[in-house]
Amino acid sequence: MALLQISEPGQSTRPHEHRLAVGIDLGTTNSLVATVRSGKADTLPDEQQRHLLPSVVRYQADQPPLVGEEARRAATEDPLNTISSVKRYMGRGLQDIKNLTNRHAYEFADTDSNVPRFHTAMGDVTPVEVSSEILKVLKQRAEKSLGGELAGVVITVPAYFDDAQRQATKDAAKLAGLNVFRLLNEPTAAAVAYGLDKSAEGIIAVYDLGGGTFDISILRLNKGVFEVLATAGDSALGGDDFDRAIATWIMQQAGINDDADHHQLRRLMHEACAAKEALTEAERTTLKIELEDGSVWQGELDRERMHQLIDPLIQKTLLPCRRALRDAGISADEVQAVVMVGGSTRVPRVREKVGEAFKQEPLVDINPDTVVAIGAAIQADVLAGNKPDDEMLLLDVIPLSLGLETMGGLVEKIIPRNTTIPVARAQDFTTFKDGQTAMTIHVLQGERELVSDCRSLGRFTLHGIPAMVAGAARIRVSFQVDADGLLSVTAREETTGVQSGIEVKPSYGLTDSEIETMLRDSIEHAEDDVAARKLLEQQVEADRVLEALAVALAQDRALLSEAERTQIERAASRLQVKRDGKDHLAIKAAIEELDKTASDFVARRMDSSIRKALAGHKVEEFAGEEK
Amino acid sequence: MTLTQNHFELFGFPVDFDIDQQQLSERYRELQRNLHPDRYANAPDQERRLAVQRAAQVNEAFQTLKSPLQRARYLLQLKGFDIDAEKETHQDAEFLMQQIELREALAEVQTAADPLDALSGIMQSIRESQAGLIAELQKRFAAKDEVDHLETRQVVQKMQFFSRLQQQAEEIEEQLVDAL
Repeated sequence: MALLQISEPGQSTRPHEHRLAVGIDLGTTNSLVATVRSGKADTLPDEQQRHLLPSVVRYQADQPPLVGEEARRAATEDPLNTISSVKRYMGRGLQDIKNLTNRHAYEFADTDSNVPRFHTAMGDVTPVEVSSEILKVLKQRAEKSLGGELAGVVITVPAYFDDAQRQATKDAAKLAGLNVFRLLNEPTAAAVAYGLDKSAEGIIAVYDLGGGTFDISILRLNKGVFEVLATAGDSALGGDDFDRAIATWIMQQAGINDDADHHQLRRLMHEACAAKEALTEAERTTLKIELEDGSVWQGELDRERMHQLIDPLIQKTLLPCRRALRDAGISADEVQAVVMVGGSTRVPRVREKVGEAFKQEPLVDINPDTVVAIGAAIQADVLAGNKPDDEMLLLDVIPLSLGLETMGGLVEKIIPRNTTIPVARAQDFTTFKDGQTAMTIHVLQGERELVSDCRSLGRFTLHGIPAMVAGAARIRVSFQVDADGLLSVTAREETTGVQSGIEVKPSYGLTDSEIETMLRDSIEHAEDDVAARKLLEQQVEADRVLEALAVALAQDRALLSEAERTQIERAASRLQVKRDGKDHLAIKAAIEELDKTASDFVARRMDSSIRKALAGHKVEEFAGEEK
Repeated sequence: MTLTQNHFELFGFPVDFDIDQQQLSERYRELQRNLHPDRYANAPDQERRLAVQRAAQVNEAFQTLKSPLQRARYLLQLKGFDIDAEKETHQDAEFLMQQIELREALAEVQTAADPLDALSGIMQSIRESQAGLIAELQKRFAAKDEVDHLETRQVVQKMQFFSRLQQQAEEIEEQLVDAL
């Protein structure tokens, strides 16, 4: 439960108290959790000293799900109930599944919903629920190691993940009871770990080839500021695909047909993966596959053959690399270091090809398995408030252009790819018909011109447009992408100032009410009273608001008139009274009232602190010039 | 709630076409150090929301001030001379001919003996024209209170043509390189 993770009301914002925060790398093949302790970031192992947690979940009837190594080992015996690489299914619809090459691996429930559900011995589960099981294990591991409840986490996502995939990740965290400080892009996380470790400055490239996703990011590191210049990738390309290419070849050699059963297919994938890993050190390796009739097929795979099989896939990663360099306005010569991330970058052929593309030896002394979790832990530590003087700043970008559907099935781009986030753009619309009070906007992500070639993000229906003559209304719709890379939409009719209500229908995702239902149904929450949880949530927020306000009033009295201050203080005491009561809706209303009363003050404070910062900076500049 | 200052005021620059890019970058970093949502991870919801809005506004202002074309457009906008990015206004015949020739050249690149080389030549030509226009803008805006806004708007519109052309050229380059 998210609310229990925040420390006790009243203690939550004390500046000197160290808050427990972790970074989580929720990987396709393996997941990790890391934290900063005594100034050093480390991954946290389980009781058997294992740091990596295989991202595998096994569902069995009448038992809690099994997660990790034990589940991974069961994959070949119980393939339909053992879900691996669930990350490949996050934020995708049933239609997308049909296009995924590993679609045969599982059985999907036959439903009307667009959200895919794995059909397992324990019922039908969504990818979000499967991911949440992995997160729950990491949460428990962290809380046990650190001896307390987590204030929050930073979870990493591939930079190339779209809005639906990011939202699904956040939903999984919510189900696992985690408070997410930030979704952090994996290459950026790696850059943070690498950059701080080597005190690096300049332009670096991060080549991140995981089990199921590929990202390339070009960053500029400068005095603690990590600025992403451009990012590109493929969220459906990874080491799993290398395995598949090898497995397909083995099938041909061994005379196994496409319609082989699930166990056979799983065994093939395991053998292919093992062979790939063996060829990192050896020139050739033996293959052994148990066939359906019980006999054993033996063969051999050498490096040259493997290169033939995987070269086309590696080539697929080099195109995004070129595009990222172009978008960043950088040539390969200007890149000072190429950081390799992800288990698949251990394959010597990958290193060779990347070295050719960037005209330099990629750096391989960084642990490709843990670097992302370490970077996430570093940021989690800062976001938790444990390092108030830290100067680190991460400026990331939106990886895919955001557009709107216009007449004729075309997409008009409103926010281009690689725009620094947060970003907000406004677009004006008007009505077609007299008295029209609603309109629907279809938002998409992608670089192509046709709606059919882009990814649908969702449909936003605006309600409550004041009835007017057709064409008279001027509706300003604001599209805002936050620091997590998630889109939110607000709308206002400009001539009357009326704010429109917005109803969001995500194209690939669970609605808020579906998540609520899952939260309620999950075993851990069965005994919890929903109302009690909501009450605690509001109480914690109320305390946060009141404490922040107390600090603000103490520091910036000068920004308020007597009358204004009195009004704010009255609203604050009203909130305090409600906070101590039992009515969570009343608390929410009181928070909203105080927010409204204090909103000018909050804005004034922020602007004043900006001006002070700039003024201080200008003094430095001037002083610098004098030298 | 939006900032009431214009982009120049936000960054502490005089409202001028000439901006020191180094100072701009440094001030941008300073602003984001204070405003970025990461600084407000523990703050109440309202402050967090406001931080996202402000950070987005700072990003917008930075992008505008960084690009000579956008900066020029913004300056004109501040004086009440809006430019519709789509509408083409009356331009001199010489300029229109140049545009037609460049567009034709771009269209023919794919069939050239060495497409990338031909493209590179066109892009160089576009860059040179843009540099010339920027120099002209600098001269015009240097007139301060005596700026002829209508004439300046013509120059900005020319820059827009080149900017669109450059985008098209870059798209063709991407296609050519990816096909290699």
